[in-house]
Amino acid sequence: MNHAVTLSQLRTCAAAVAVLVLTGCASTANNPQDPFESYNRVMYGVNDAVDRAVLKPVATGYKNVVPGFAQTGVSNFFGNLSDAWSSVNNLLQGKGEEAGTDFGRFALNSTFGIFGLLDIASEAGMPKHDEDFGQTLGKWGVPSGPYLILPLLGPSTVRDTAALPADFGGDIWKYKEPTNWRNIGAAIRVVDTRASLLDASSLLEDAALDRYEFLRDGYLQRRQSQVYDGDVPRQLNNDDQDDGDTGVNTQVVPTPVSTEKP
Amino acid sequence: MKPFMHLVAAAATVAISTVLVAAPAAAAEAPDALVKRISNEVIDSVKADKDIQGGDRSKIMGLVNEKILPYVDAEKMTQQAAGRHWRAATPEQKQKLTTEFRNLLVYTYAGALSTIKNETVEFKPMRGAPTDKDVEVRSQVNVSRGEPITLNYRLSNESGSWKIYDVNVLGAWLVQTYTSTFNSEISKNGVDGLIKRLADRNAQLAAKPLAAPAK
Repeated sequence: MNHAVTLSQLRTCAAAVAVLVLTGCASTANNPQDPFESYNRVMYGVNDAVDRAVLKPVATGYKNVVPGFAQTGVSNFFGNLSDAWSSVNNLLQGKGEEAGTDFGRFALNSTFGIFGLLDIASEAGMPKHDEDFGQTLGKWGVPSGPYLILPLLGPSTVRDTAALPADFGGDIWKYKEPTNWRNIGAAIRVVDTRASLLDASSLLEDAALDRYEFLRDGYLQRRQSQVYDGDVPRQLNNDDQDDGDTGVNTQVVPTPVSTEKP
Repeated sequence: MKPFMHLVAAAATVAISTVLVAAPAAAAEAPDALVKRISNEVIDSVKADKDIQGGDRSKIMGLVNEKILPYVDAEKMTQQAAGRHWRAATPEQKQKLTTEFRNLLVYTYAGALSTIKNETVEFKPMRGAPTDKDVEVRSQVNVSRGEPITLNYRLSNESGSWKIYDVNVLGAWLVQTYTSTFNSEISKNGVDGLIKRLADRNAQLAAKPLAAPAK
């Protein structure tokens, strides 16, 4: 299977889905941030089935068989490539210092870190800041728009989906020649990423009563937090996310609590 | 005579300042110090105990019960997750719901504990006034690969000691993440329906072996 084709197919697919959704799937949604819930639940089911059948077993095998240092090397290698794009996005967000650090990481790890296999920059006290174009748009004031589950790619929002072509374009590995190396690398990258999420996904299965809702509400908060670099204004946090069905804000503001105790 | 008076005055000063300084400190450990202490104790216990790393459920539960639960306001967490439905619940329902929700969190947390390996926790400076009754303690977990994991806590001080009532992992607040599910379950099947759902899940988790490390 040709990965380049897969990527462009994915994009077409995502666009088609967006059109489909925007022209109005019947919706039984009860969360204002998730008007496409009925479509999203179906796509979530499809992704989950693919994950259970293929990706999760492969990732589990990878985690159990491949030596730890090699796994670390793989995730450092691709993490290093993404640092370059993070640096660009930090610059676009006006965060000069972070942009400098991420570029420094990329330069240091690509050279002394042997093509990024070693993350010596982290050890030298240069922290990684993952940034993508969706976060940049968010920083520029573009609202996230409705929650959207993409085929194979999983949870996203309309804004982040619109940002995907830029993120694909900013991915250095995309330009790797020859193509079959690129495809093998892309597959390893997906498996390695899934492997790093195995613990988290089994926690999710334990913790969530309704995995779809749990993932959605966690994901949307996480994206918002990423846009604010972990510093979401508390008021905004409460306003943005209410429990959904009536718009009643049941939130985390603790002040009235003591009067209601039994 | 004069040196003696000096001494008395000095002693009095020391006594008074000790009382003033020490008393509040004894009454309530500062929220960030509290979280830091719990967090260090838990991580040290896990790192020192091969059984826990291997997924020994009773040991992990013991650790959670002893080190963490005394500092968690489970009722406040449950109340906020239940939102407007809380008021309509009977005291008995509130109590049952709190117990089941707390147990679910304990089971989940126990699963997370057994995955601790080389992580270190770094605390960020506190914000806000010392007189605040509701604070956020911010920390990050430095992991071997990738970006550090955000781990923040909300604590309130309603009865003289600080208690945790919400946790933020990777940017998502736990209570808020449960709010939708609580709301839709209660709307469909009432508070008792939610209690049953939580109880069923807890029974399932109790029967299932903790995920042992892959290697």
